[in-house]
Amino acid sequence: MSTVTRRRRPSRDVRPRRRPVQGVVAKIAIFLILFYAVLAVLGPHITPFPPDQVGVGPRLSPPSADHWFGTDALGRDQLSRVVAAAQPALLSAVYAVTFALVIGTVIGIAAGFLGGLWDGTLSRVVDLLFAIPEYLLAILVITVMGSGLVNASLAIGLVCIPRFARIARASTIAIMERNYIDAARLCGRGRIWIMRRHILPNIASPLVIMTAINLSTAEGAYAALSFLGFGVRPPAADYGSMISSSQQYLLTDPWLVVFPSIAFVVLVLAFNLLGDVMRDRLDPRSRTSAGA
Amino acid sequence: MTDDKTPVPPPAGEPGLVLDVRDAVKHYAVRRTTLRGPRRTVHAVDGVSVRLGSGRTLGIVGESGCGKSTLGRLITGLEKPTSGTITVGAEGIPIAAAHGTGTVQAVFQDPASALDPRMTVRESIGEALGRAGKDERERRTGEALAAVGLTPEFGARYPHQLSGGQQQRVCIARAIVDRPDLILLDEAVSSLDASLQAQVLDLLQRLQRDTGTAYVFISHDLRAVRQVSHSVAVMYLGQVVEQAPAEEFDRGLLHPYSVALRSTEPRILDEGTDHVERIVLTGEPPSAVAPPAGCRFAPRCPIVDDHCRSVAPVLTEATSGHLVRCHKPGELTLSGVVRVDPGTPAEV
Repeated sequence: MSTVTRRRRPSRDVRPRRRPVQGVVAKIAIFLILFYAVLAVLGPHITPFPPDQVGVGPRLSPPSADHWFGTDALGRDQLSRVVAAAQPALLSAVYAVTFALVIGTVIGIAAGFLGGLWDGTLSRVVDLLFAIPEYLLAILVITVMGSGLVNASLAIGLVCIPRFARIARASTIAIMERNYIDAARLCGRGRIWIMRRHILPNIASPLVIMTAINLSTAEGAYAALSFLGFGVRPPAADYGSMISSSQQYLLTDPWLVVFPSIAFVVLVLAFNLLGDVMRDRLDPRSRTSAGA
Repeated sequence: MTDDKTPVPPPAGEPGLVLDVRDAVKHYAVRRTTLRGPRRTVHAVDGVSVRLGSGRTLGIVGESGCGKSTLGRLITGLEKPTSGTITVGAEGIPIAAAHGTGTVQAVFQDPASALDPRMTVRESIGEALGRAGKDERERRTGEALAAVGLTPEFGARYPHQLSGGQQQRVCIARAIVDRPDLILLDEAVSSLDASLQAQVLDLLQRLQRDTGTAYVFISHDLRAVRQVSHSVAVMYLGQVVEQAPAEEFDRGLLHPYSVALRSTEPRILDEGTDHVERIVLTGEPPSAVAPPAGCRFAPRCPIVDDHCRSVAPVLTEATSGHLVRCHKPGELTLSGVVRVDPGTPAEV
């Protein structure tokens, strides 16, 4: 009974090596995401010009003191539009991943917990979703439901469901082998209690990692859909649609493509970094350092 | 302990009866390896009948894969039997109906797996007190912790902050907190070191004296089983091959498998101790998918003959309360083979 610290010792040795780098990356990721979040919330109030207003400056003006990012073919202020596009960009990623997380987790836990025919049916449905090419499925859904921010996000979310469902199912099956599930059943606890109190908290780590990683995938997918014209309705600003409408000016007025692209790439990078940090923090192999 | 061919004792309603298992069978379907292959089943538990009274301990011993843990899961209702009945309490409530009423609890082999890493000790123990109010839950959790020798401060800790022995004691606290009639102890002390084993066994025996709980004690360790049990059943390949009161076990074991099991125990040799041959069984137990036609122990039995290979023995009462499933009970002893009948030469 004198071995209270037995499991902590190895993690203490690991910590000094890992922490500093991880700390800096985490800070950068969180700073960038907070920056975009501020832009998304305050966007319409802090833009120098109304983002959708045509003719606030000369047409196709290069970056200048008045228009830092230049203006587009309709004389709209590019800086205002890049700032305004932060909101649909963040929202689409959050909507899509939240949708996929909730639905995927419910499917995965149900399949893993109920087993048998339930597992077979749910898993085959998930496999079917996985089998259809992602963008084809998303575009199919948008064709049925119509384009727009919410519909495009849900379409992306649908594409992401199998990843969450599979990881939730696999983790649930691993947890089901543990005796505390048997103990809870002997204590007279029902299925809902066991799923909520035992399974969900214990499969949370992989799901959180999956969420962080999928934010960047979803953001990329949304930009692609928007580029194809399935995003927010014009004239509202969106990274994908801005890049798409500026491509004909790529050789003559490259800033029109460069600035929205940078804004988009940095956001995706921030989500990716967040995913890495989450994985490092919550990976089962380093779990003991996180404690309970 | 009965078999399908021995008369079943009078039906339930017997005072003090806690557990009545009648002819429990558990078969698992094996996945077909080829599309047209036969559907096969694993005979994990094949016709086990046991009865257990209040305040008594039944020990179940056998090597790994003999079905003792499956029997444990049947007894607790965690698995449904393929056939046979399992009832708990004097009134004979089917285990399925008694499930979750706090009548049956269990302590498992690996305490680290039996405690949710994301629940505090207090929450884990409180799980068994579903119907209790907050104050009562708090009080009874504290009492249960005290009963297993832990201070109330442990209530706020998480399993990873406890040692293995402390974790196992928390599991015991959870099992006893709602005063169950029956506790299944499935290899409950096997993962602990020797001094802790002794502590935990002492603790369990003390609790039994205080509360009158019945135990089913499953282990591969014959010595630990005999120490705590009032009656011991030896299992081999899904069947009980010998069952006897604990005292009988010290005097004379009748089934060759039990004798072999007994002979593997380490013992101190000094004057007054008989020299004991270690009986080494060769080979693996036969597959539970296709058990042998005759006696299931025949392929490994040192005193097997043709009769054993063709006719399966039934469980019969050799002496009062001592049941054995063997055609030649008592012929193999710890000091060698006894020739009972000069007409049948024993082979070793």
